[in-house]
Amino acid sequence: METESLFYLLYVVDDMLSIVNGALNVPNILKEWYEEESHSNYGAYIPFVGTVRSEDGIDGLSFDVYEPILYRWFHEWEERAEAKGAKIKMAHSLGDVMLHESSYIAAVFSPKRRVALELIDEFVEDFKASAPIWKYDLKNGRRIYAENRSTAISGSGLLAK
Amino acid sequence: MIKVEFLGPIGKPSLELDITNLSELAAILQKDSEVKDWLESCAVAVNDTLVSSLEHELKDGDRVSLLPPVCGG
Repeated sequence: METESLFYLLYVVDDMLSIVNGALNVPNILKEWYEEESHSNYGAYIPFVGTVRSEDGIDGLSFDVYEPILYRWFHEWEERAEAKGAKIKMAHSLGDVMLHESSYIAAVFSPKRRVALELIDEFVEDFKASAPIWKYDLKNGRRIYAENRSTAISGSGLLAK
Repeated sequence: MIKVEFLGPIGKPSLELDITNLSELAAILQKDSEVKDWLESCAVAVNDTLVSSLEHELKDGDRVSLLPPVCGG
């Protein structure tokens, strides 16, 4: 049990992944990440910024995050990146994020561009399919689960058998 | 006892059950009108690790989580 607690603590203090209440401060996060790695000898820094768009009459989006599994998932990606000499950073919102604000930023740093371009693509796609985050539309004061835009995690349905 | 928690939009309070594997949990939840419709689309984690077999044994104090379809970003 003690080992498990320590293990969890290590994940929580991982500064490559941050979970933030409400909208992300895009300029600050991108600047902070840039400055953190500006002398790390990476030749490429490729960020992806996700912004809440106006569609279907929504006022914004809202998110639930299950951090223990998110940190484990992210840690596996950190190891995959490290094996290629690259580094991944990610920030995500918890709770409400209104139109034209950002709820998600991911970035890859790598010595050469090709690794970073490929990794950001693979990482963001797997994020959409696997990261334990649930999205809700904010509409007329209601919080509605975005069921149609959600993806069942690989291996789902075990308990229906 | 095994704690069973329902994450995200399922919106059901957690349960404490006296069970020894996931097959027993499946049988119980398939009879639960609040969650049975979620089971087809939910992934299952034991102590925060995703599992893929109903034969997965459970021991006292284990925590089972049901994860409905996700959509981050």
